[in-house]
Amino acid sequence: MNQNILEVDNLHVSFKTRNGAVPAVRGVSFSLKKGETLAIVGESGSGKSVTAKSIMQLLPKQNTVIPEGTIRYEGKDMLKFSNKEIQSVRGSDISMVFQDPMTSLNPTMKIGKQIMEGLSRHTQLTKKQARQRAKEMLELVGIPNPETRLDAYPHQFSGGMRQRVVIAIALACNPKILIADEPTTALDVTIQAQILRLMRNLQEKMDTGIILITHDLGVVANMADRVAVMYAGEVVEQGTLDEIFYRPQHPYTLGLLRSMPNLDASRAQPLIPIPGSPPDPSALGTGCPFAARCPYTMKVCHDYNPGAVAISESQAVRCWLQDERTPPEHIPAEIKEGRRSTEEAAADAEGVTA
Amino acid sequence: MKSYLLKRFLYSVITLFIIVSATFLLMQLLPGTPYSNAEKLTESQRAILDAKYGLDKPVAVQYITYIGNLLQGDLGYSFQYQGRTVMSMIGDRVGPSAFIGLQGLVFGTIIGLILGIVSALRHNTWLDYTSVTLAVLGMSIPSFVFAALMQYYIGVKLGWLPVALWENYWSTIMPSLALSVTVTATVARFIRSEMLEVLGQDYVTTARAKGLNESGVIWKHVIRNALIPVVTMLGPLAVSIMTGTLVIEKIFGVPGLGEQFTLSILVLDYSVIMGITLFYSALFIAVVFIVDVLYGFLDPRIDLKGGSQA
Repeated sequence: MNQNILEVDNLHVSFKTRNGAVPAVRGVSFSLKKGETLAIVGESGSGKSVTAKSIMQLLPKQNTVIPEGTIRYEGKDMLKFSNKEIQSVRGSDISMVFQDPMTSLNPTMKIGKQIMEGLSRHTQLTKKQARQRAKEMLELVGIPNPETRLDAYPHQFSGGMRQRVVIAIALACNPKILIADEPTTALDVTIQAQILRLMRNLQEKMDTGIILITHDLGVVANMADRVAVMYAGEVVEQGTLDEIFYRPQHPYTLGLLRSMPNLDASRAQPLIPIPGSPPDPSALGTGCPFAARCPYTMKVCHDYNPGAVAISESQAVRCWLQDERTPPEHIPAEIKEGRRSTEEAAADAEGVTA
Repeated sequence: MKSYLLKRFLYSVITLFIIVSATFLLMQLLPGTPYSNAEKLTESQRAILDAKYGLDKPVAVQYITYIGNLLQGDLGYSFQYQGRTVMSMIGDRVGPSAFIGLQGLVFGTIIGLILGIVSALRHNTWLDYTSVTLAVLGMSIPSFVFAALMQYYIGVKLGWLPVALWENYWSTIMPSLALSVTVTATVARFIRSEMLEVLGQDYVTTARAKGLNESGVIWKHVIRNALIPVVTMLGPLAVSIMTGTLVIEKIFGVPGLGEQFTLSILVLDYSVIMGITLFYSALFIAVVFIVDVLYGFLDPRIDLKGGSQA
């Protein structure tokens, strides 16, 4: 019943440059269930967008290499698809919403036509029916006077309206998966809330699985069922929303949460930034990519990159602190505490089932 | 829209007036007389001729007379050809020029578009490098060099096309091709860079994400958007063709306006120089004007009504 519709396993993506291949995504694995929202968070350059685009195979072919990994959609490996097969999946089964609504619509094409394009590609609708459907989509995303607006050009819409149009295009063919790549980053806060609400409502109606890519933890808290935290091309931690927000086990996740402003905290309490900056992807060593910025570094961190350790059924972390050989006195209190409450939660769950 | 057109029309008239005045005054600075047998003329004969054509009056008076006639649509008579009006001379000569000019523009645009689009789609391959090299050659080598080369190889050696003269359709091809070289090169370079820019735009990714096939993406989204700025180039290109005809017509012996123009300057046929200059200027202004209006139709973001901000 709760089957995964998308399974990404050990995905590697590199870009060819003059100085050799630069890895952008290094062994990413995650899955998505029907109707579920998975948030992928991380700072710029952590490989979020590349991961998303590689699912749709929208990366430029000439300089992208995917040396390893599988992307299974309903059990079929999409990386082995022919051009034709991937084109028939794009826009109909899996759709994408991009970051900047100001540039993601064709400026010289009426928006009705831009919505209808996907429909006439993937459905048997007549032109008239497609137009009707396009009108319904505009109505659905809350654009007033949809009939007349079909014949308007993108420049006649505001940013928020354009993002609604982009969402209408993405959802026109009832996709099973919607990949939203920072869909609200370019919008102001009130519009952000509207767009997010819209996406949630549509998700409920159509039972769409959403992959939400963002660096905004507020958006994550609002939208996500599960969260994957990316750093330097790896998923360093993933888990349910509660696990990531209340029981983070990776020092990077912990750092991200601490650097987020909190309304309840007193003003005098400063935000704690993560010192340093992400590593250069072309100069990654063999160690943990976060080691240079991590407050709890051990010797092993600089030499060996930790593998993913499952902490609960849903939570997995890549960090040497999770290794059983790590002396308990070295594990910081925050992480210990998180682990204890995970165990308690597990015990509780067991108690319920028993 | 109407007020925009009216405004543009008024500007055009002012521009023409300035051109006429400047040409008239500059022409007076040229040494010599318009009479072909000037050295044989006696002092008194010259005085009679000068009086007949009004050349004895001060420049200011001549200027005012000319402008007055011009406003009535009278371009005057030729000094060289007895009793022929400048208007009729332009009318007789404009046909061949317009034909090779337009044909050259069409040849150049089509070949240029093909070269540019192919090289953008095959970016950084040998096809791209070849067409860029061709384009640079086309830009930098003057058209008369191509004209001479074509005459020698295609005309004399291979004998495929007539070397010169104005006989049948075949005689128009080489002049048009020679004229089209600059156009081809400019259009190719321009559409190539426009295409590369559009190919990197987010909306092209959106189009791909809809599941359109690659040719659909290229035709409906990339080429259309890349073509719009190319239209603006057509104005200046048409002008470069016009100036090109001056030389090319001479080389191929085309009985066109350009040939007449060069001739009239050599013999100081004042009224013909003025008339043809005026004609070329008006044509140029009209082309630029048409291109601007066309742009408004092609690009929905350009609003010719003015005022209202999108």
